Amino acid sequence: MDTAIYALLALLALALAFGALLGFASEKFKVEGNPIVDQINDLLPQTQCGQCGHPGCRPYAEAIANGEEINKCPPGGQATINALADLLDQEPMELDDEHGVEKPPMVAFIREDECIGCTKCIQACPVDAILGAAKQMHTVIADECTGCDLCVEPCPVDCIDMVPIATTTRTWKWDLPKKQTETANLIATDTQGELV
Amino acid sequence: MSSNPSQGIPLRTIHEFPGGVHPGENKEQSTRTPIATPPLPNTFILPLNQHSGAPAELLVKVGDYVLKGQMLARANGFVSSPVHAPTSGTVTSVGMHPVPHWSGLEETCLVLEADGKDQWCELDPVADYKTVEKDELVQCIHDAGIVGLGGAGFPAAVKMSSRKASKIHTLIVNGAECEPYITADDMLMRERADRLLGGIEILQHMLNPQEVLIGIEDNKPEAIEAMRKVCAGKDAIEVVPVPTKYPSGDAQRLIWLLTGKEVPSDARSVDIGMLCYNVGTLVAIYDAITEGKPLISRVTTLTGAALHQPGNVEALIGTPAEHLLEFAGIQDEQFDALVMGGPMMGHTLDTTAVPVIKTSNCFIAASREEFPPPPPEQACIRCGMCADACPLSLLPQQLYWHAKSQNHEQLHHHNLFDCIECGACSYVCPSSIPLVQYFRAGKDEIRFQKAKSEKAERSRQRFEQRQKRLEAVAAEKEARRKANAEKARRAKEAKAAAGQSAGQNSADTSAADAKADMIKAAMERAKAKKATRAAGTDVATASSGKPARPQLSPKQKELKIQLSVVNAQIKKCERAASQAGENSSPEAEKLQADIDKLKQQQTQLKAEFEAASAPTEAPAKPAKAELSADEKKHKIELAMARAAVKKAERAVTTAKESDSDQLQTLQQQLEDKRRELARCEEAV
Amino acid sequence: MALIRQTSPHTLGQNKTSHIMRLVLIALVPALAAQTWFFGWGIIINVIWCSVIALGAEAWILALRKRPLSFYLRDNSALVTAWLLAMALPAAAPWWLSLIGVGFAIIFGKQLYGGMGNNPFNPAMVGYVLLLISFPQEMTSWVAPLGSGISAPGIGDSFSMIFAGSAVDGWTMATPLDILRENKSLTMNELWQNSPQLSGMTGLGWFWTNLAFLAGGLYLLKEKAISWHAPAGMLLALAVLSLLFWNGTGSESHGSPIFHLFSGATMMGAFFIVTDPVSGATSNKGRLLFGLGVGTLTYVIRAWGGYPDGVAFATLLMNMAAPAIDYWTQPRTYGHRKPKRGMAKTK
Repeated sequence: MDTAIYALLALLALALAFGALLGFASEKFKVEGNPIVDQINDLLPQTQCGQCGHPGCRPYAEAIANGEEINKCPPGGQATINALADLLDQEPMELDDEHGVEKPPMVAFIREDECIGCTKCIQACPVDAILGAAKQMHTVIADECTGCDLCVEPCPVDCIDMVPIATTTRTWKWDLPKKQTETANLIATDTQGELV
Repeated sequence: MSSNPSQGIPLRTIHEFPGGVHPGENKEQSTRTPIATPPLPNTFILPLNQHSGAPAELLVKVGDYVLKGQMLARANGFVSSPVHAPTSGTVTSVGMHPVPHWSGLEETCLVLEADGKDQWCELDPVADYKTVEKDELVQCIHDAGIVGLGGAGFPAAVKMSSRKASKIHTLIVNGAECEPYITADDMLMRERADRLLGGIEILQHMLNPQEVLIGIEDNKPEAIEAMRKVCAGKDAIEVVPVPTKYPSGDAQRLIWLLTGKEVPSDARSVDIGMLCYNVGTLVAIYDAITEGKPLISRVTTLTGAALHQPGNVEALIGTPAEHLLEFAGIQDEQFDALVMGGPMMGHTLDTTAVPVIKTSNCFIAASREEFPPPPPEQACIRCGMCADACPLSLLPQQLYWHAKSQNHEQLHHHNLFDCIECGACSYVCPSSIPLVQYFRAGKDEIRFQKAKSEKAERSRQRFEQRQKRLEAVAAEKEARRKANAEKARRAKEAKAAAGQSAGQNSADTSAADAKADMIKAAMERAKAKKATRAAGTDVATASSGKPARPQLSPKQKELKIQLSVVNAQIKKCERAASQAGENSSPEAEKLQADIDKLKQQQTQLKAEFEAASAPTEAPAKPAKAELSADEKKHKIELAMARAAVKKAERAVTTAKESDSDQLQTLQQQLEDKRRELARCEEAV
Repeated sequence: MALIRQTSPHTLGQNKTSHIMRLVLIALVPALAAQTWFFGWGIIINVIWCSVIALGAEAWILALRKRPLSFYLRDNSALVTAWLLAMALPAAAPWWLSLIGVGFAIIFGKQLYGGMGNNPFNPAMVGYVLLLISFPQEMTSWVAPLGSGISAPGIGDSFSMIFAGSAVDGWTMATPLDILRENKSLTMNELWQNSPQLSGMTGLGWFWTNLAFLAGGLYLLKEKAISWHAPAGMLLALAVLSLLFWNGTGSESHGSPIFHLFSGATMMGAFFIVTDPVSGATSNKGRLLFGLGVGTLTYVIRAWGGYPDGVAFATLLMNMAAPAIDYWTQPRTYGHRKPKRGMAKTK
């Protein structure tokens, strides 16, 4: 009888001790996480293009946090979808074609001699990347342009083009080597020529 | 020990660095002949970016005649370097041209057509540098466009002008030249040891280091001998032969070899009181100070199995590589790859049209046997030879796995950014894995992602600021409206207190009034709209249809705008039509009709535009322009009154919708405003 | 003219994976000769038979995985696995035993993980352990060494033992490690006197075989095909532990250090098994630790475990620990004050 009581007491003491330890640990090593909306917003490309159907990236981040699909962001493309899937512990899915297709990075370009200075594009730009005033020619601050397309539609004289960003020696980057041995029937003499 | 019979020079301890490799040297081919001077080429190609830092800023324009040594482009910012004319001649174009770059892409270059006279501009040497302040000498070196000639091309003046440079205790002179094939520094030391010493003495004067160590790999006995000879009797200067092992010529490796000191990964050598200059850079500094000559030529090694007469040349910057290869007897049937730099770190070039730039220490015209295409990559067997070869004790094989899987956090953790891309790991890899390329791709991808996320962050901030601004504007409007309403309410209360008898049936009538007013206002608005629309098609009414504008813009401009609008519409319609046409939809016809109509309009407008441009339209203008000051004032008042009425109307509508008790006050206001409007109209 | 474009460096060293593997094969030759001398032709037959199986299995799986055959077969790694396993098996191992062992080693131990470079475990040891657990009877039937009173089988006898399934009982004897294990009553002196396969300080034949493996290992060291760290670690641990627990010459004895260093698979393990780069640790410090671990575990299993020899088990256990060793033995990078430890923290 005594043994049983001792055993119970010992178990109780152990339970208390470990409980206290766990409680202490959970307080001491608490993970300070961003609210999920911020984390999602950080993964979105911040083009503010509205192709997802929301007025900007943050609203979409909020919508995702409330359970919306993660595949509505064409500028972010598959990379963003994968990152979101990873964050939210979902299966990565294909980009939803309804919202657009993945394009190379673009920048808006105003054909300046055709611009009439109506300021419509300035009002449309979500990141204030167009400079100009009424009746003055407008121009795009290329470094700040997110390539969102939103200025193209409002232009009454259709003088805004979206042009792909050209690679220069400053923006060029190395690619990973091609996977040579993954290709079938490779023999040593098959790899002459370009590697990069 | 007193029994030491030698000259009393204490033997310096050489601190071996870990790793390193011993590739075949292939240096003897290009050291058989002295440094030669190739004939002057006809055309020079001068990239504006031959250094690390910002590209230089152009000072001349196409068609300008320039003299040898004249500055063509100036430094643009702190870390940048000017570009000078290598000979006299005419600037024929400025444009994109292939340059020595990994990507094979083009960069902005200035093309100079030589006139063959090779005439110097006026040079401004420093007579006696010992009497000149350090800052002035730094400026001289900067203006001479001198950059590190060893390969990195870091502007030489920037290195020595930092505040920390005042505490330099050791000057390291880099004559190691560890890359196989290259002998430019070797030949320079053999032939120009005296000028090199002169450069060292200038830096001694400027930086006042306690000691100067000249590190030369022991596979260059002639260079060591030559340097020892000129440095004999100089107490503070010591020539130190270092064991031949690649990459001992890397500045930090050399500092380690000579002093055993380590440069922390987040610092530069200047932070530990050391500066390292390539021997070529020092000769260039000597020439710049004592002769006033800017950096317009350098010693370049021309070698490789495809060359008949390999050797070193004093090449003018901007000389096309093909000109030099021709000079060295290129054999086209052997020629398979052109490498600028050495076989370990140099890059292949797509074309021989690239120019010699300030960092071109070597061109290797290689045959296929010499630089065979890399064998296929095999699986990594984790043999660890790369780690043994790495001079920085990195773990290339771990980096390889993480680079392959694009695991950027792990790459950072394994210190990817400490990698100097020397290629020792790739050299020893038994599985022929192009490790360096993996690391470069990893670094570039990380940099790219960083830039991307920085831009995203900036966009986010701009977006949020804009959002805030819009909200603030809206809030301000709202506040103003409320304030007005409050004011009106008080006024009304005062009124109500004054005459209570009038308030019996006002509620009914005012509502009816408001309705009538609104209808009237809407009609007016419609009228105005019609007028403007008429103005769109009919120029005659256009000028009269907008009388409210305080300043009439010139007719032509207006017409032009209309024209562009019509043009745009046509374009849009056409696009729609072509789409519709593809789908053979019934809309196509309608669209076509629209287009025709628009085109008519367009021609009409064009005609009018031309008519307006003609001087005949001149008399029409003065009539409009001659509005008296009084009239103008009235017009402005009228416009303001109209706006006020509109606002009041809007307020009434919202009040009605929300069943507000302020309705009466608002209507009162509306009435007042209308009266004001009527008065203004009369006045006009 | 089309100039080729490629990444630097443009010149490569002459060291190739297939070359390293060939060196390993060459280094195995002395031991092969010694084994053949002491245990008969069965070893040679087994080596050939295992090579055929290994290449066949490798080719089969490569074909299934749609990989280029000649490119991978020429790297010699399958041959190394085959030879090592063949030399670890008893000389009279029947053909199906080799087939199962080598087949499993190549297919499950190597190819199913993604082929060369991707296997976490030493394939030869995977095959060996499978056989040891599944067929303990066959695996401990070692042919009696030359000079033990039973004459070694000739080529014909070896063939019939391996392929025809003729009885092996007449030819076999327990191995020295087995004898020591099973001994409960005899002192060491009595044991040595009663067992013809024990001679000198170790087992008959086994001493010379181990010596031959040692010679091969030294050759590999000289050719810089392996580093000294892992073998030194393993031999050091084994020597130190066997010295520490060497409880005299009584019946409870665990055996002398010399006995342990030159018995069983010690030298083979030290120079040919723990030096396998793919499944071992990568940094030099890590290799030393890896070797120490294998040596320690080998002794523990020999002295107190359920199997006479422990090299295979010890190697597999340490293979599992290799990634952890790697993470905790990263060298200090130039310019950094402290070496990094562990993995990068992920968010």
